Amino acid sequence: MSRLSWRRLVPSARTLAIAPPFIWLCLFLLVPFLLVLKISFADLEFGIPPYSPLAGLKDQTLTLALHLRGYALLFSDSLYIATYLNSVKMAAITTLCCALIGYPMAYYIARAHPSVRNLLLLAVILPFWTSLLLRVYAWVGILRNDGLLNGVLLWFGVIDAPLEIYRTDLAVYIGLVYAYLPFFILPLYANLVKLDLRLVEAAYDLGARPWRVFWHIILPLSAPGVIAGAMLVFIPSVGEYVIPEMLGGANTLMMGRVMWTEFFNNADWPMAAAVTCVMVLLLLVPLVIFQYNQVRQMDGRKRRLDGPA
Amino acid sequence: MLEDRLGAPLRSGDADEFLRVESVVKIFDDTVAVKSVDLSVRRHELFALLGSSGCGKSTLLRMLAGFEEVTSGRIYLDNEDITDLPPYRRPVNMMFQSYALFPHMSVEANVAFGLRQEGVPRNEIHDRVFETLDLVQMAAFSRRKPHQLSGGQQQRVALARSLVKRPKLLLLDEPMSALDRQIRQKTQIELARILEQVGVTCIMVTHDQEEAMTMAGRLAVMSEGQIVQCGTPHEVYAFPNSRFVAGFIGSTNLFSGTIIVDQPDHVLIESAELARPLYVSHGVSEPLGMDVHVSIRPEHVTVLRSAPDSDYNWAHGMVAHVASVGSHARYQIRLDSGHVVEAHVPSPVLARSDAPGVDDEVFVNWSNDSATVLPS
Repeated sequence: MSRLSWRRLVPSARTLAIAPPFIWLCLFLLVPFLLVLKISFADLEFGIPPYSPLAGLKDQTLTLALHLRGYALLFSDSLYIATYLNSVKMAAITTLCCALIGYPMAYYIARAHPSVRNLLLLAVILPFWTSLLLRVYAWVGILRNDGLLNGVLLWFGVIDAPLEIYRTDLAVYIGLVYAYLPFFILPLYANLVKLDLRLVEAAYDLGARPWRVFWHIILPLSAPGVIAGAMLVFIPSVGEYVIPEMLGGANTLMMGRVMWTEFFNNADWPMAAAVTCVMVLLLLVPLVIFQYNQVRQMDGRKRRLDGPA
Repeated sequence: MLEDRLGAPLRSGDADEFLRVESVVKIFDDTVAVKSVDLSVRRHELFALLGSSGCGKSTLLRMLAGFEEVTSGRIYLDNEDITDLPPYRRPVNMMFQSYALFPHMSVEANVAFGLRQEGVPRNEIHDRVFETLDLVQMAAFSRRKPHQLSGGQQQRVALARSLVKRPKLLLLDEPMSALDRQIRQKTQIELARILEQVGVTCIMVTHDQEEAMTMAGRLAVMSEGQIVQCGTPHEVYAFPNSRFVAGFIGSTNLFSGTIIVDQPDHVLIESAELARPLYVSHGVSEPLGMDVHVSIRPEHVTVLRSAPDSDYNWAHGMVAHVASVGSHARYQIRLDSGHVVEAHVPSPVLARSDAPGVDDEVFVNWSNDSATVLPS
């Protein structure tokens, strides 16, 4: 009995394996987020740091001051709400475009001959070898009114006046889709390459035409890959700063830019922190719901398997 | 039960011919998978393509299903040229070796899939799906997903899915290979019963000669992309036309020799491996002096304690090994020439007190009509 309780104190292999990522997430995700959460409830002050302390001891009285100014402003000022909605809209359209462009690409790579396949994958990954900043600068050079694209189109006589793409929402979409497309292709490719081709053959054999085979067999079976890719595109797109800043116009409203303005231009740390916290909540909630459903589905599957026949 | 399927080998142009494969060739890049196959299958027949892996039998099946294009040749089904039809337009359904059930669909949806593609009305789909599931005794499992079924149950769902469209031709790709040995034999008989009940024309591919002989009405032995012999299981077993077929279908004893006497009712063959000449009383058309091979099945070889009273068809040797498989024992007998002969001794003989054991001197003997002369 005593030996048993002693053994309880020694961490199991399972605990040891889970501990490093758990500690990592705590130190570098949870703690910083709690700090930001704390700042979001502070008041603006001149000084270093530029916000008021949350709790203070004065005349033997412990005061806990939760300032809701940031949140109040957030929900009363239509600019912030519009920014949120616009960020989500732009991220959603980016995700959709990535899906429409990325699915055929991932499918083609997965079906390509193995010797060609690695070359094609390399082509997808290759842009990562250059800094994102440089690649976005390159797009500035392409999309500007006197840039490469307009130059070529004017030279060929396709257009008479330069197209105004640079500093518009369209330029931001182009930049976002360009930057995040590999994040959609890679998880989807990993899924599609494992697809059992005999299922496709079986569907053909049962009289399904190519389009119906795709719709009823390939697409449902690759759904986990599509969802993983969509998450990897959607979540960072919502908070993207660099691309809307460099390619977008003055009225391109996105969360990342608002945060930057509050933080560096207005030096309003509590406001910037409040904007951040609401954004994290906004992104976290759908993610948690999705994850919860996944787990429940898997649990149900296991229960039915274990249960009586 | 299978008698009505038996009969003489089919000639081209037979009125009952349902499927005709005409000099079909398949070349992948630089390897010839199927080299000129001609095949004729009757309506309602269960036909087996038998061969070891890489002999081209699966490629031939995939060409019938439409998954592979033929390099040359034609395929006719029910007097219609289906050679260039895509798989989804062919009145042919296949039961895959791995079953290939759609993992995201229930048993019912899997079986209904084929009918949905045809635009069959919803209530008719439901009726036909359950009629077919009843046939394979899987109606109670209609709501399960494939991964919740055992291997045998998955096989029956796969069978239902390929039968529900009432195909003109059913293809079975190694139907038993994913099943445990114990349930295999029972399933073979069950599957043959269902196929007979439905009356569908069926071609199955297998590497298991026992499976082919149990289930098929006729079979074709394939080797290196060609059909080497075609006939009923009995014909192919009793009268193999080559050493390859004799060795592939069941086990056999092979001797090589020369024809020394050629009479209308028999021939005598002298073999270096046997002290006495072979006397063969039937079906030999080879000329005098020709080198031939002779096949004698182990069950036709009897093991004796004393020399038989005959000038032919026996040899002296020593028992090298005995292995009992229950119904009979397999004797390995080393002849004086060094050649090893296998003989199957039935268990009633084994039970006698004078049954020979290892290292005993024995005589092997066979009747005049049990040897088969092989031209190649």
